[in-house]
Amino acid sequence: MTPRKQRMLAVGLAGAGVVIATVLTLRAFEENMMFFVDISEVVQGNAPADRNFRVGGLVVQNSVEREPGQLEVKFTLTDTKNNLDVYYAGILPDLFREGQGIIAHGRLDANGVFVADTVLAKHDENYMPPEVADSLAKHAAEKAAATAVNQE
Amino acid sequence: MWTFFHKLASPPHFYDISARFIPWFAVLGLLLIGYGTVAGLFFAPADYQQGDAFRIIYVHVPAAYLSMMAYSIMAVSAAIGLIWRMKLAHAVAAGAAPLGAWFTFLALATGSIWGRPMWGTWWEWGDPRLTSELIMLFLYFGYMALRAAIDDTTKADKASAVLALVGAVNIPIIHFSVEWWSSLHQGPTLVREGGPAIEPAMLYPLLAMIFGFTFFFGALLLARVRTEVLSREHRARWVRNMMMGESA
Repeated sequence: MTPRKQRMLAVGLAGAGVVIATVLTLRAFEENMMFFVDISEVVQGNAPADRNFRVGGLVVQNSVEREPGQLEVKFTLTDTKNNLDVYYAGILPDLFREGQGIIAHGRLDANGVFVADTVLAKHDENYMPPEVADSLAKHAAEKAAATAVNQE
Repeated sequence: MWTFFHKLASPPHFYDISARFIPWFAVLGLLLIGYGTVAGLFFAPADYQQGDAFRIIYVHVPAAYLSMMAYSIMAVSAAIGLIWRMKLAHAVAAGAAPLGAWFTFLALATGSIWGRPMWGTWWEWGDPRLTSELIMLFLYFGYMALRAAIDDTTKADKASAVLALVGAVNIPIIHFSVEWWSSLHQGPTLVREGGPAIEPAMLYPLLAMIFGFTFFFGALLLARVRTEVLSREHRARWVRNMMMGESA
């Protein structure tokens, strides 16, 4: 084996060692690597009870309730399987709206309501002008109407 | 083809050839960045959710991509330098580090400025994409500090190359962080199944910015490596001949 091949092997083996060590470490910390918990996990009681955590989900349409002139807001989050009621008093981010993916930080109270101290809006990977978004929504509505007609 | 690379690896030839590439890279970079800036800021339509705030993408995405590209160049050069004992490769790694650090800082800063109104936070500890990108900034700092701390160039080359290679494990972690773990950061828009999820009128300025930033980075990197080569070879005959020739 030439010295150059030895060095190549040394670099390769060291690199493989680092990769394996990293994979094992990341796997060990899998739970802590999750930035937020799914709603189904919370509903099934798999969420931490005595400390703050983050929960992520979509804001259910027409679920946002707020008294005029107040900061307090109540809404329902869903992961399309389970729902979770959230209470929050504070300023909501620009992207917060019904149907939007959001992440709330806080804890569960005794009644199973999630009391949030921070609400963050999650953005998705889609970028388009408003006209395109409108026509996409229109097409989706037409398609839904067409399937409904077909099913009748 | 191999003779071209062997020639390129010799410092005087590199010094000659790189001088011819820099103006081209600089002009191409400036043209593309100029087009991307005007088209991105004035002609691309506003986003349906973010409005005009999405336009920070034209700096954020190229900066973030180059922060990882610079690290990859640094790590590959470090490996070549270690295995083939090529001095020029170590000079490339040394030249890429500060540029990569700046692009990392730019990506973090623009992301933070955008995150405040959109997400509702400047910074979230524990988000895998944000945290892994910050770790890369510290890796760059560590690399530069280690290099600066060792006077002997050969030893500095070796020690910093090992650090660059170990840190390279962070690159796939940054890239896949948004897919492996739940994250506040959105998933990839450009490189994804089913093609880019962005309107063409918004996409073309972004591509122009990405390529423009890359050429700009290329010009800066070559300029940095040239100075690095000169300072490393300042005792060599070709440097002396060149300097004498220029002053005569």
